[in-house]
Amino acid sequence: MRSYLVTRIWQSAVTLVGVSILVFVILRVVPGDPAKMLLPEGAPQSAVDELNRHLGLREPLWVQYGIFLRSVVRGDFGQSFQYRSPALRVVVERVPATIQLALTAMALTVLVGVSIGIVAAVRQGSAYDYAGTVLAVLGQSLPNFWLGIMLMLLFGVTLRWLPTSGFHGWQSLVLPSVTLAAFPTALVARLTRSSLLEILGQEYIRTGRAKGLGEPRVVLRHALKNATIPLLTVLGLQIGTLLGGAVITESIFAWPGMGKLVVDAIFFRDFPVVQTILILSATIFVVINLLVDLLYTVIDPRIRYG
Amino acid sequence: MSRLLRQPMIVAGGVLLVAVIVASAAAPWLVAADPIKPVFGQRLQPPRGLGGAAGHPLGTDNLGRDILARLLYGGRISLVLAASAVALAAGAGVVIGLAAGLVGGRLDALVMRLADVQLAFPVIMLAIAIVAVVGTSPAALVSVLALSGWVLYARTVRAAVLTIRRLDYVEAARTLGAGDLRVVAVHILPNTLAPILVLGSSQFATMVLLESGLSFLGLGLQPPQPSWGLMLAEGRDYLSNAWWLATVPGIAISLVVLGANLLGDGLRDLLDPRLRQ
Repeated sequence: MRSYLVTRIWQSAVTLVGVSILVFVILRVVPGDPAKMLLPEGAPQSAVDELNRHLGLREPLWVQYGIFLRSVVRGDFGQSFQYRSPALRVVVERVPATIQLALTAMALTVLVGVSIGIVAAVRQGSAYDYAGTVLAVLGQSLPNFWLGIMLMLLFGVTLRWLPTSGFHGWQSLVLPSVTLAAFPTALVARLTRSSLLEILGQEYIRTGRAKGLGEPRVVLRHALKNATIPLLTVLGLQIGTLLGGAVITESIFAWPGMGKLVVDAIFFRDFPVVQTILILSATIFVVINLLVDLLYTVIDPRIRYG
Repeated sequence: MSRLLRQPMIVAGGVLLVAVIVASAAAPWLVAADPIKPVFGQRLQPPRGLGGAAGHPLGTDNLGRDILARLLYGGRISLVLAASAVALAAGAGVVIGLAAGLVGGRLDALVMRLADVQLAFPVIMLAIAIVAVVGTSPAALVSVLALSGWVLYARTVRAAVLTIRRLDYVEAARTLGAGDLRVVAVHILPNTLAPILVLGSSQFATMVLLESGLSFLGLGLQPPQPSWGLMLAEGRDYLSNAWWLATVPGIAISLVVLGANLLGDGLRDLLDPRLRQ
């Protein structure tokens, strides 16, 4: 148990260092003259010199990386030129909106995806099963930017039931969260179905049925419980899909979160903000997946003692 | 082959994909209209069944360009970009995976950590950052897509190498004097082909989605190129009076993605003996 924990935490730390190196390479080494990129257009030469000195851009690369890492750890990601305030503050202000959207989408994914999966597995080969499979295949094939626009066209423009953009009350949350949830829901439905089918064929399930347990108890208590580990893994990895999907979904629905911010920042060439969002989203992903792995040890004693 | 044709998913997916590929490849012979040159006298004409002219079966866009022409020419670009990205990702991933699995030790650890780093970024964010720095040329786009895709192959091939190299028949080959290269080429690579094929097929779907997503955001192909993602983005401003502008390219993307997904799933079922009934 100890060694598993230590290994996983160590790996996550190494991954985060790798993340910082990659961001450093993309935004500092590739562009040639990062000072020009990290300053607004038309900045005076004195500002360029000052930034060169501050970032150590005349130093060897590894010294530059050291300076970069130290400022990132301190939370100093530079000044956003679009908003003229610290990049970290600009990004953090947008985080709650993205979290709200991502959590709603995650809740939808779990509720709808797991339910469809259970029904499809229990009634294998029935019309429900086929309908579920078709829905899942569609969910994985419709591009979310198109699905979003079509939902907007139907419920916003034609029926006028729901707002198509912005951030006013729960009604604004409906279309973006459905758009964002479609892909992971399809994935979770298929995974739930296939893991349940595998588990329902096991000996102990037959034993459970033989000793007279009701079907709901067998499926929900005995089978589903053993399907949680693959499900948790996939849900953890879907954090990446949700953060990435938020980029497109937020842009379509003008949702004031991190995803819309990063696209706007690119067009303003606001690289301090881009850099902050890259590091922040990768960190969120790594930390959540570490937590998921630690959760396994609570759920599955074989991992704890193995 | 006959086993292949008895798989409904493979047949359906294959037919869909082949149809789109052939239609795109034959674009110059199928449509006469120019996909790029604006014709301002014919702006926003509806598709044929909805009162449009016979010359434009799917209507025209905000610059009077024939939507069918743009769709077919756009398909050429999207499909070639996605296929190149898959090929590049698979090639790099297989080589890296083989190296990691065979050499082991530090190289293996390094590759696996690199894979973790890669997976920690939402692909689209990483792509956005890179495209922002290096520009939106097709070559940059393919490299970004490939960069997002190599991990799958590397992990799969590495795992296969680790399992296969310990099997008796590989041991036997080694005892008979087969060198590393021979073992890889004759005994290991052929056994990883099936999973690579499955991955490649599903990944083609992902690549089409990513490329059109980036173009949709304005970070992929640039106007006036006929790209599906770009057409969708342009159509978004005309939702209330010309809904077909955004609807048509979305259907095209969905069909390609659906076809590749079905093909991938069908191949997986066919090639994975555990799932075969």
